[in-house]
Amino acid sequence: MELCDLTIHELHEMMRRGEVTSRQITESVISRIDQVEGKMRAYITLLKEEALEQASALDKRLQKGEIPLNPLTGIPIAIKDLICTQGVLTTCAARILHNFIPPYDATVVANLKRQHIIMMGKTNMDQFGMGSSTENSHYGITRNPWDLDRVPGGSSGGSAAAVIAGEAIAALGTDTGGSIRQPSSLCSVTGLKPTYGRVSRYGLIAYASSLDQIGPITKDVTDCALLLNAMAGYDPRDSTSVNLTTPDYTRALIPEIRGLRIGIPEEYFIEGMDAEVEEKIWEAVRVLEKLGASYEKVSLPHTEYAVAAYYIIAPAEASSNLARYDGVKYGYRAKGYADLMEMYTKTRSEGFTPEVKRRIMLGTYALSSGYYDAYYVKAQKVRTLIKRDFEEAFKKYDVLVAPVSPTPAFKIGEKTDDPLQMYLSDIFTIPINLAGVTAISIPCGFTRTGLPIGLQIIGKHFGEETILKVAYAFEQNTEHHKKRPPMK
Amino acid sequence: MEYEAVIGLEVHTQLKTRSKIFCPCSAEFGASPNHHTCPICQGMPGVLPVLNKQVVELGLRTAIAMKCTIADYSLFARKNYFYPDLPKAYQISQYELPLAQHGEIEIQIDGTSKKVGITRIHMEEDAGKSIHDETITGSKNYSFVDFNRCGVPLLEIVSQPDMRSPEEAREYLLKLKSILEYLEVSDCNMEEGSLRCDANVSVRPKGSEKFGTKTEVKNMNSFKNVQKALEYEITRQIQVLEEGGRIVQETRLWDADRNVTRPMRSKEEAHDYRYFPEPDLVPLVIDKKWIEDVQGSLPELADAKANRFVSQYGIPEYDAKVLTASKFVADYYEETVRLYPNPKVVSNWVMGDVLRKLKEREIDIRNCPVTPRLLAGMLRLLEDGVISGKIAKTVFEEMYATGKGPEEIVREKGLVQISDEKEVESVVDRIIAENPETVVQYKGGKQKAFGFFVGEVMKATKGKANPQLVNKLLKEKLSS
Repeated sequence: MELCDLTIHELHEMMRRGEVTSRQITESVISRIDQVEGKMRAYITLLKEEALEQASALDKRLQKGEIPLNPLTGIPIAIKDLICTQGVLTTCAARILHNFIPPYDATVVANLKRQHIIMMGKTNMDQFGMGSSTENSHYGITRNPWDLDRVPGGSSGGSAAAVIAGEAIAALGTDTGGSIRQPSSLCSVTGLKPTYGRVSRYGLIAYASSLDQIGPITKDVTDCALLLNAMAGYDPRDSTSVNLTTPDYTRALIPEIRGLRIGIPEEYFIEGMDAEVEEKIWEAVRVLEKLGASYEKVSLPHTEYAVAAYYIIAPAEASSNLARYDGVKYGYRAKGYADLMEMYTKTRSEGFTPEVKRRIMLGTYALSSGYYDAYYVKAQKVRTLIKRDFEEAFKKYDVLVAPVSPTPAFKIGEKTDDPLQMYLSDIFTIPINLAGVTAISIPCGFTRTGLPIGLQIIGKHFGEETILKVAYAFEQNTEHHKKRPPMK
Repeated sequence: MEYEAVIGLEVHTQLKTRSKIFCPCSAEFGASPNHHTCPICQGMPGVLPVLNKQVVELGLRTAIAMKCTIADYSLFARKNYFYPDLPKAYQISQYELPLAQHGEIEIQIDGTSKKVGITRIHMEEDAGKSIHDETITGSKNYSFVDFNRCGVPLLEIVSQPDMRSPEEAREYLLKLKSILEYLEVSDCNMEEGSLRCDANVSVRPKGSEKFGTKTEVKNMNSFKNVQKALEYEITRQIQVLEEGGRIVQETRLWDADRNVTRPMRSKEEAHDYRYFPEPDLVPLVIDKKWIEDVQGSLPELADAKANRFVSQYGIPEYDAKVLTASKFVADYYEETVRLYPNPKVVSNWVMGDVLRKLKEREIDIRNCPVTPRLLAGMLRLLEDGVISGKIAKTVFEEMYATGKGPEEIVREKGLVQISDEKEVESVVDRIIAENPETVVQYKGGKQKAFGFFVGEVMKATKGKANPQLVNKLLKEKLSS
């Protein structure tokens, strides 16, 4: 394995022992990028020169003892292009923000900069977070490193692909309906969606305000905990961030789960789900059982309404959040308009991809006079019931274990003609966002054709420590997370 | 058929906080364009609002002063529409569950009290300003947008349709302004936009219980224009009905140049705001303790101040009421008394000359060129006999016109009262000598002739002779 294939904690150890410098790590990552990026297109913006300069300067300061060597220090990390980075192009994979350079950093980015990470670049994604395949980008498709004819998942497809391909040591993703967990599952990386309010949304370009969260995408659970440590915490600039002390998540990494009570949600094993996925999930459950956990089936009775509720609430909030992209203040403005209305309609028609426009229209409709009560309000009530399902389940169980995606990575173009089919890819991840609870996806095996399968471990509100512990226990007793795609 | 008008007013007032409602930018008026902005009030991608607690505090003060029921749980909502001066393309306002409801304001109309209900009070952010004026933008093909005002905190106060005439509406507005000034919640300046008023107007046959169709009237930018617009609209509606027509429910703009209301172009009207609770802000919980604290720290309101004036300054209740109708007049009065401690004299001058002049010129007492210091200075000169009461009026006018101090004016214009007995006596003697027939008339019983002599002496001394001295000397000399 090259340096770029190693984990944060392995590289940190090497740096501590003086075996490797940040510059060397960065060079290794860049070398890998040069090799594979042409095919994979995981990035929208690459910061190769800047990263090398940063790394060299950092090595000097470390040598002089000017700054401490923290776990994330000197590590090249990729940032999903939905997150604002000061002075660095931030597009949300949209033409309408093709030239937007934020004058400020997202809180999470500022936190990471304080740890002296090396920012490798901004990764490709489904536009504005809307999609499950990274096929909705204005900047092209990202391919799954395990099979270049298949999607990496979405919307954080670029981040997940970059991490497993060695184009970054770790990455940030965002998750509104599964956008960290699903691509993590399809690419064989570890991805965690924190509890809503655990990580600041300030600087996260909003898709659905009541569902969005930023989370880590990493090669293993330890890296995940390390990143989460730097990201989590109360932010006075985000009124929805929760004022709870942030624990040290690495303290949860003890592979001891004897007595753990696992609930297996019945409704997450559906007709039409891939047989190999189901097989691998049950294999994983048995691994956990062997480690001393017990499991039982549990019903989350309102699961069947989750996708419908989500596809009303998320587009509704999005229709409002995306209204500011109007060509007036920043970003793309169409040419050739005769009046204000034409400027608005041309700019937005030309600036957004079809899927984004589809969701804006859905959302506008769901909020409009005469429909608001029947759609938006009703969906929010259903959401409360879904949340209660989880709260009930967590009275009896410490975690819930389930699949992440009903299928492994599908072929590029396979679902683009049928939006509803695409929406169903998120059927196991969406309820977690609606309830605001936390969940992690970890590699738990491969199909016979070598496509990754992910295991979802779901925890209660602010239960990140528990799910990390369970994930760590599983990981330490399996080898799936060590596999890397055959890079040709 | 006799008709009565039914009027409800919607007032927006800018709150006097240092910073905006959802970001730390300055809320001060008058900065050069786009200087008081930041990513949050500019609606940049990724930003989030954070509620300014002082805005809620001022809202609570207002709600308490207007006897409203305060919500213990209140929500912010997004009001969605597209316009260049609204950077997020939604305004954060309140829809369901506003800050306060069901209050009242008492007004005086024709000597009787009337209560006007307050339907609701809620908080929201202001939008920016569009500048279409070609002389500023340099082209009729585009407009400029200034975001300074985006995010300035507003309180919207909606009255019940309890007013029955433009006079009542005007009284309501004046009372509202007075309350808001007293609470130190707003500058209430319609010209600067810190107080805005829209009206809902309908008419119905007198005695009828049913409401007629109402129109909304906007763009009334002064108290006078509110009254004029309402008068016009009521007359217009009555005319339409008398001619057998129907009132169209629409929004009409007051045109101050032509003194008419015109319907707004319908394209501008069709708005479905798609209100929904603001997901970036948590619900506002207001506990009893906060309300009690605000109640306890309310500034001295008009009635309390009037009572204090009566007991502290010994002035009549009527004076006290006039002087405390506006907080700023009350402050002016107290400052003048502080510098020249003769409350009754000051009261006469303030209620008389000062307020009359301000009304004439339609300016706010805070912009009065005759400051408390200048007025006090003049009153001292008057007390010392340097000038007479009549001259004082002249000095007042001069101070107003030039802003110069009383001593300077008296000196420059040579207005010092002539109190030298010998000097006045010589003039008196001369006048008497020059008008023997009038002396005879006076001695013969014509009392009015005395006034003639006084007048002539004053004329001869250019008004500067000490009136008491003139009277004394004339009496002496004419009675002998």
